[in-house]
Amino acid sequence: MKKQAKFGVGIGVIVIAMGFLAWLGYGESKTYYHTIAELQTLKGSANTQRMRIGGTVAPGSIRHLAGRTDFVLEGEGKTLPISYIGTDPLPDTFIDKSQALVEGRPGPEGRFVAEVVQAKCASKYEAAPGGKGGATPSPTERSAM
Amino acid sequence: MDVFGSFALVLAFICAVYAFGGGIAAIITRHPLLIKSTRQAGMATCCLIFLATFSLEYLFFSDNFSIAYVVSHSNRDLSTFYKVAALWSGQEGSLLFWSFLLAIYVFSVLLTYRNKNGELMPYVGVVMAGVQIFFLTLNNFIESPFKALASPAADGALRLVTAQDGRGLTPLLQYPEMVIHPPNLYSGYTGFTIPFAFALGALLARYPGEKWIHLTRKWTMIAWMFQSMGILLGAHWAYAVLGWGGYWGWDPVENASLLPWLSGTAFLHSVMMQEKRGMMKVWNVWLVFVTFLLCILGTFLTRSGVVSSVHAFANSSIGSWFVGFIVIILLTCFGAYLKNRDYLKSENQLDSIVSRESSFLFNNLILLVACIAVLSGTLFPVFSEWFTGNRISVGAPFFNKVNIPLGLLLLFLTGVGPLLAWRKTSTDSLKRNFGWPLGIGLAAGVIALVFGFRQFYSWVCLILCVFVASTVLLEFYRGAKVIRSRSGASYAASAVELAMRNTRRYGGYIVHMGMVFVFIGLAGAAFNRDIQKDMRQGDKLQIGPYTLVLQGFDTKPERNYTAQRLLVEVLEQNKPTMMLYPEKRKFSTTEENGTMVAIRSTLKEDLYVVFAGMNPDTQLPVVHAYLNPLVKWIWFGGVVVVFGTLVALMPNRRAVLVLSTAPQPVGQAVAHGLPSSVTLREGHD
Repeated sequence: MKKQAKFGVGIGVIVIAMGFLAWLGYGESKTYYHTIAELQTLKGSANTQRMRIGGTVAPGSIRHLAGRTDFVLEGEGKTLPISYIGTDPLPDTFIDKSQALVEGRPGPEGRFVAEVVQAKCASKYEAAPGGKGGATPSPTERSAM
Repeated sequence: MDVFGSFALVLAFICAVYAFGGGIAAIITRHPLLIKSTRQAGMATCCLIFLATFSLEYLFFSDNFSIAYVVSHSNRDLSTFYKVAALWSGQEGSLLFWSFLLAIYVFSVLLTYRNKNGELMPYVGVVMAGVQIFFLTLNNFIESPFKALASPAADGALRLVTAQDGRGLTPLLQYPEMVIHPPNLYSGYTGFTIPFAFALGALLARYPGEKWIHLTRKWTMIAWMFQSMGILLGAHWAYAVLGWGGYWGWDPVENASLLPWLSGTAFLHSVMMQEKRGMMKVWNVWLVFVTFLLCILGTFLTRSGVVSSVHAFANSSIGSWFVGFIVIILLTCFGAYLKNRDYLKSENQLDSIVSRESSFLFNNLILLVACIAVLSGTLFPVFSEWFTGNRISVGAPFFNKVNIPLGLLLLFLTGVGPLLAWRKTSTDSLKRNFGWPLGIGLAAGVIALVFGFRQFYSWVCLILCVFVASTVLLEFYRGAKVIRSRSGASYAASAVELAMRNTRRYGGYIVHMGMVFVFIGLAGAAFNRDIQKDMRQGDKLQIGPYTLVLQGFDTKPERNYTAQRLLVEVLEQNKPTMMLYPEKRKFSTTEENGTMVAIRSTLKEDLYVVFAGMNPDTQLPVVHAYLNPLVKWIWFGGVVVVFGTLVALMPNRRAVLVLSTAPQPVGQAVAHGLPSSVTLREGHD
């Protein structure tokens, strides 16, 4: 019995310590997902949380300014002006009409201040139907058979 | 060729269904002809999948732009090399590629064991066919890669059309490692199907003893090796292409590849307890089940985008198919376990906390806790939305806080575990095995402190790395010394001889040594530095011992893209050392950009230079330079891990042919002048 108690203590210490660390890390890094439409309905403390918002970059809206990049994100018929203030260069996939994910907090005057911008990642890249390039027709459900 | 390909896929599906249904019938009736025919159906399935895959590849090579998938992922100017990779650059092709790699494994298994393990193989065949049916369903009916390109005509009806050119391969994938990373990772994911099929088959068949573990050992190791390579190649790709200076970002897709690696590593260790002591049988079976489930989950996460996405990204219809499949596997595993759990009774119990068994137990515990932490962090957005209605994600601090201490504990066990005796280790043996390594490790720690080393985790990591490396080297030294004393060969030759005599054990040590190198590289991350600056021609940028001088800027048109290049001269301690050429590539078909990072890599550190674009205000190029210590050790460690795995896969003992004449019964002739009997003796001493 004593032997099993020893193992129990060892296992317990590891699990509890890791649980505690996980809880600390959770508090430090939790980020809420919202859509652009939801953001406009948030009230009180929910409006100051760190959050992630996805949408499509409005064509022609990207403006590089000193120390920041402004652009507009569109989604579900709504728009959201964004100021990116992060130090990392914007990803190469970040262009007009690209799907982007911004992370940061709502700022003054309805402008969202982003510290991180991700554009659609390569592993999920699918050319948009009717997109640019040589082919305009879109793939259909009809099989070649 | 597209019709041929789709037809092959449909036939493959039919054959797989036969291999599955007929296999079950064969298990019930034990009819030898039925067993044979289902096995052959299984092999035919694989051959048909090969044909379908080759025909899709042919469509890429022949620039057949009447096929939607080819249009979306290739163009005329794409080089041959990347046309191969275009196969798995999208959803449909990736899933076909999954089937393709699985088919290679399944075919090899069916061929290897066609005349062996007759009791077990029909079960294994049925499980493998079941998995194949799932993927072939996706290939045929949900995500067919052979769909024709069609366009609505004036009257609104759809007409088949052929595009002039394709849209090209996404620039991020036009990088050599992207051609080898997915095949490796997918070979890992698919490879775990084999141990899963054997484990489930053995449980269903109540196959006696530990034989299924012996049979699957090499398959598990092959899958594990590919998974390791895939993860590291992916990390290297992220490092060299994405231009953010790091190699691991705890992205859901990265995490998805780590999960089965963690549980697979746990499995590779804990099976040894079953082999040697008949313990942990239930645990092992469930570890294989979980590893396979995590492979399917990983594929699901990667392909469906359920996690990384905000609502806008998640559009894939295959998600529900994967969830359904995962549920079916879980139910099957539970059913088989509940029915036959008495077959998994442990033969022994743990004797002491200072024993090999207990080190394996803790190794498993740590790997599993890490696995649970990564899994819960990855799936947090999904679960938080279910339970609270809010989609919440956790970031790198969460993963790092948990996994860094776990990694260090694991590293400690890497050094300790292999040298502990089974059952119980005496104090004397502890002193003998660990005295020197511990002393050397601690001495390294003290020296590091004196030299101003102040990062706690990196410091602990350093001590542990030195400790583990010393234990491994000491083991090799001791073994080699014994061989040397008998044969008189050099230490190096004796060490090789030693490893060849017990490849499994010493291959394992080499893998551990590789992991030490990986940890050395990871520890370097605590000292990363970076600096960003707008630079005119002739401007200088100082980072660490390096001075970067911008010598110029040029534009280089290539076949598929136009490259804007910075010409950066590197001075080390003010002495000209080399030129670096960080690039921005503009791809003609997609109008997307690609980054080519320029890296000067040494064992001490990487100088990592990114051309971060033009500053729109000043119209000057922005140079982002990083100094990342020790990164090269990670890639080097990866190579050592693979080498060690290959050593461990080699036959354990060298057979020596000894020709001897056996005593002959009087009156029997010696045929053809050969000695009448050739004895195969194993070269063992």
